[in-house]
Amino acid sequence: MSTVSDIVLRNVTKIFGPTPTQVLEQLRAGATKEALLAQTGHTIGVREVSLTIEAGSCFVVMGLSGSGKSTLLRHLNRLIEPTAGEILFEGQDILRLPPEALRRFRRDRTSMVFQRFALFPHKTVLENAAYGLNLQAHGGAERRANLERARRWIERVGLAGYEAQYPSQLSGGMQQRVGLARALATEAEVMLMDEAFSALDPLIRREMQEALLRLQTELHRTIVFITHDLDEALRLGDRIAIMNDGAIEQVGRPEEILQRPANAYVARFIEDVNRGRVLTAGAVRLEAIIAQAHEAPQAVLERLRGQPLPVAYLADAEGRLAGALSAAALRGAAAGVGLPALARPVPSAPQSLALERVLPLTLESDFPVAVVDDAARIVGMLSKDRIIAALAAQVAPPAPRA
Amino acid sequence: MPELPPIPLAGWVDQLVEWLVLHYGDALGDVNNWIVYRIGFFERFLSQWLPWPLLTLAFAALAYHASRSLRLAAGVAAAFALIWALELWTPTMQTLSLMSVSLFVTVALGLPLGVLMSQSDRLRAMTMPILDFMQTMPSFVYLIPVVMLFGLGTFAGVLATTIYAAPPLVRLTDLGIRLVDADVVEAATAFGATRRQTLFGVQIPLALPNIMAGVNQSIMMALAMVVIASMIGVRGLGQEVLYGLQRQAPGTGFVAGLSIVLLAIVLDRITQAYGRRLAAHRQIAR
Repeated sequence: MSTVSDIVLRNVTKIFGPTPTQVLEQLRAGATKEALLAQTGHTIGVREVSLTIEAGSCFVVMGLSGSGKSTLLRHLNRLIEPTAGEILFEGQDILRLPPEALRRFRRDRTSMVFQRFALFPHKTVLENAAYGLNLQAHGGAERRANLERARRWIERVGLAGYEAQYPSQLSGGMQQRVGLARALATEAEVMLMDEAFSALDPLIRREMQEALLRLQTELHRTIVFITHDLDEALRLGDRIAIMNDGAIEQVGRPEEILQRPANAYVARFIEDVNRGRVLTAGAVRLEAIIAQAHEAPQAVLERLRGQPLPVAYLADAEGRLAGALSAAALRGAAAGVGLPALARPVPSAPQSLALERVLPLTLESDFPVAVVDDAARIVGMLSKDRIIAALAAQVAPPAPRA
Repeated sequence: MPELPPIPLAGWVDQLVEWLVLHYGDALGDVNNWIVYRIGFFERFLSQWLPWPLLTLAFAALAYHASRSLRLAAGVAAAFALIWALELWTPTMQTLSLMSVSLFVTVALGLPLGVLMSQSDRLRAMTMPILDFMQTMPSFVYLIPVVMLFGLGTFAGVLATTIYAAPPLVRLTDLGIRLVDADVVEAATAFGATRRQTLFGVQIPLALPNIMAGVNQSIMMALAMVVIASMIGVRGLGQEVLYGLQRQAPGTGFVAGLSIVLLAIVLDRITQAYGRRLAAHRQIAR
């Protein structure tokens, strides 16, 4: 499952204070943050964090301010040095890199996008975007090539025509597009994004999230995205870690966290989420009985016995949806009538569709909506009741704390 | 009352300076002559060889380049014409020449020192009291050994002016670099810039408005030294003021003083305009 270019964190701990290594033992013995602050004057930034960040995915670290998420992010390129632990990338502990190797690691393998943009105000948009490239190679000929590459990235983030402007002449959203172009241009596989969209207006934030998702479908960078906005985390994250007081409360896919919060903290956190927008058809789908055209109605009826819903779906040879078969129709079928003749049209929903958009489809037909994958193959079904249960957080009760 | 032993500090300083004069007096005299010869060349170039309208035009052009304002350029030209009409062109050029040399030395030493201070808190802690010393110690105090070592004249003037004028540039260079937005410096580090690349590519460029303010302050401080420098034999506008004092001729003193003020205004407006231009794209937009 794990590959070498995953980022693996093992027991990463950061203690702020004059003698952090001495406090480490007490922390490992289970002392609380408050107790340590009162007894030793040390603050816990990050507490025994172990994680695997899969290569090519967007990993979101979500937490309130002071939860240690930005500190954790800065451990990944050692802008902040952890007190203890290991951070493995391509089998190498980056915490052991000597200064020059660390600099090359930052320059060639990672890039970063900042909450307050942190653009170079004295450089033009184009020069800002080329900054990382110019650190990688800065001969006369390379410089021109760098500017050319930077120009292409500026186009990709939607800023063509603004190359010669200065950051102060741009709006916040446009400035962060420059920040994104600057990070993307170095073609480093790891992109660290520190509350990258938090300073933007809601509409612009939404636009930027969509732009990032669009880019990511082509680029497959390893993105570590820090946010305090749960909706943003759920929208962007392939996996999400929820942090509190420096420790990870839960890691999982968005729908896992929504449907099976690991503890009371996470449960309280996700209370107000618009589940209809976050949960997808694929995540809450029910198993469907899938029949092939050559099967006898009786055989299908047999398989439907004991199922909660009296519906089967007809699939063609490639597994693509061809219609719905009700138990009543199967039962009343005259001898010799094949399944294709019994099938009725049924609405279908791609598995990535949000529940709030699946719900209207259920009104179009008496059959549960068929859930299909990218190739229109049937993978499950969704009834009205199932959708409502999922929206009402009744799909799976919170599991007891592990 | 406990008796404290008296400290013969004055005697020690006397001995030190005497020792320096005895062992290095000749060598320092040679250095003095070499430098004075070159400064004299520059002075003659400004006051005798360069026709006054040409220099006036050059300064007006500089003012226009800095501010893109014809009014400022015209004002600069008028100030220089007035100085010429007051028949103080030669002493003004002598003063301008001394200022230029002092400013050159100030920037050549002060800028690197300010940059180094911004990089090391220890160096900063060590340098700050020395800068306080340089700025507050009455100039006559260090003029005594300077004159003993180098003799009266231009070089002593340059040295005294530099000692007095350098601290604001050093301070503002250090401060300017330290005030550069920490986020931007972090960004440079995160993209793998070396300390040198961060310093020269990000911190110093962004500190330029503050550094320019330091240059402006240094020029104003240097002009304030003009009259004092005249007392150790530096020719120029200060000398005219001194004549006025010695001969009880208030008019002579006034026109020389007016010329100093005009020169100060011209240099101040030009450097400030450059400072504003530098600041244009150096603020973080929020």
